[in-house]
Amino acid sequence: MPSRIMIVGLGLAVGMSAGSALAYEVYVSNERDNTMSVVDSETMEVLRTVEVGQRPRGITVSRDGRFIYLCASDDDTVEIIDTETYEIVGTLPSGPDPELFVLSPDGETLYVANEDDNLVTVIDIAGKKVLGEIPVGVEPEGMGISPDGTTLVNTSETTNMAHFIDTASHENTHNVLVDARPRFAEFMPDGEEVWVSAEIGGTVAVIDNATREIKHKIEFEIPGMRSESIQPVGVRINKDGTKAYVALGPANRVAVIDTETYEVEKYVLVGQRVWQLAFTPDEKYIISTNGVSNDITFIDVASDEPVHSVTVGAEPWGVVVSPK
Amino acid sequence: MNAGIAGDTVRHGRHDPDLPPFGLKHYLICLKGIMVREGLRFLHQRERFVAALVRPLIWLFIFAAGFRQVLGVSIIPPYTTYVLYEVYITPGLCGMIMLFSGMQSSLSMVYDREMGSMRTLLVSPFPRWYLLVSKLLAGVAVSIAQVYVFLAICWFWGVKAPTTGYVMVLPALLLSGLMLGALGMLLSSLIRQLENFAGIMNFVIFPMYFASSALYPLWRIQEASPLLYTICRSNPFSYAVELIRFALYGQVEWLSLGVVAVCTAIFLAAAIRAYDPSRGLMARKQNMGGNA
Repeated sequence: MPSRIMIVGLGLAVGMSAGSALAYEVYVSNERDNTMSVVDSETMEVLRTVEVGQRPRGITVSRDGRFIYLCASDDDTVEIIDTETYEIVGTLPSGPDPELFVLSPDGETLYVANEDDNLVTVIDIAGKKVLGEIPVGVEPEGMGISPDGTTLVNTSETTNMAHFIDTASHENTHNVLVDARPRFAEFMPDGEEVWVSAEIGGTVAVIDNATREIKHKIEFEIPGMRSESIQPVGVRINKDGTKAYVALGPANRVAVIDTETYEVEKYVLVGQRVWQLAFTPDEKYIISTNGVSNDITFIDVASDEPVHSVTVGAEPWGVVVSPK
Repeated sequence: MNAGIAGDTVRHGRHDPDLPPFGLKHYLICLKGIMVREGLRFLHQRERFVAALVRPLIWLFIFAAGFRQVLGVSIIPPYTTYVLYEVYITPGLCGMIMLFSGMQSSLSMVYDREMGSMRTLLVSPFPRWYLLVSKLLAGVAVSIAQVYVFLAICWFWGVKAPTTGYVMVLPALLLSGLMLGALGMLLSSLIRQLENFAGIMNFVIFPMYFASSALYPLWRIQEASPLLYTICRSNPFSYAVELIRFALYGQVEWLSLGVVAVCTAIFLAAAIRAYDPSRGLMARKQNMGGNA
């Protein structure tokens, strides 16, 4: 009999710890009101709102979850926010108007796209110093890095190119012309493909990383929706590389794409003008930022159904989820 | 109403005091008989079943497609995120099935009265209220079956509710079905002839359906016209729809539940009174020398 109680107790304890372990913190940058919202991924409630620098856009988190890095575009700097105190504990030197960045797989280097001076800045996080500046096309924005950390892809919104950069030599080795206004670059987990979204072109180009050529172009069609309002921006691919999610801007939908066939399986209805996406680490949810309706939508990844929308600050732009 | 029926029922409608009182078993046999008859009638009229489904499906497939962009700008409970228009109107269409079905069974009562088969029912020694409630339950059971078939089609169309919602919606459907059925029964007591039923369509079903939250959220109506909003707010059908809507998403909307329960009680009491030959409207009609 005591053993049975113990088993029940153990089961309860396991159940409870599993329950709490699933809750992550979701960080959302609110472009218009200069704040960052912290949202609990399980209760889906805003835990706190943190004052940050002006026009916060790109947001990411250190590999250990200790610090948040945030592009304060109008302050021309990258802010470091402590995830325990939610205070700004330092800044990283970027070029003018940093918009979006990507963290190297080892978490030590930050590659920042500076919208105004056509440069990608390479920053050593520990030393808080600039390691190099790489000239790219006009209005650089999208940043993707290969899983092995050797290849960086930057997209320039006006030049309409995906620039392939060797991270060892900081050399721009290949340029691939894509459709108008490329906004985002995302590598497949095996590193063989890069997906680049084109906002005005309305397509996602799948670029072969070996040949550096476009192998497929994904187009979108939503019944009853004008094609101009379908503007692909954020792209996320799941860990096993089977499903891709593309945020479609003013179409208010997130497209779910089978990465084998490149077919759109489903359009998920979210809030207005959806731009960026982030998975929770357990890939239970993918979260979208809806800039016009000032909220974020949690999409259940297993069923691809929208579950809950939470109001955050004004014009949510970027989103990242703590690794723990 | 035949004078003969009224006369018979005055005599047979009361239980003979010399006989032993009816047990629960007898009541159940009576209920079963009425249910089976209603079910058989429904099964034998396949067109009616198809027609009952086609109506909401037309709304779902055609109307909702055309109005897809109407919604998606606001989140209202019980929804926790943005929904497509077809998702929004599905509970309203369930309500529509219950509404039409409730009115249809009241139509069948007018028909029964004209054809004389109501005499068979009303000569039964069971209390009048029990016969009416049984008839009502039988009609509601048939319409609930229609709603579930409709919800199954919706599911394949991509309008899905949580699994628990499909169970929770059952009592909500039962209660709102009783309310609408009792209203239909009350109306049927007022109609003398089958032909007058078209009037019910125009004066009851359509206003009830369109001036409700079935097709558009009430905040939208409020933006358009505060008067219309007040009308919609005082329409019991709105509360039936909201009760179904919340139940389908596993929640209880207490205000709607209260309004629907109170309305059911009032309509039912009035219908029973109306069908009471000694007091109700039927007696009055007879006094007026009606030929129905």
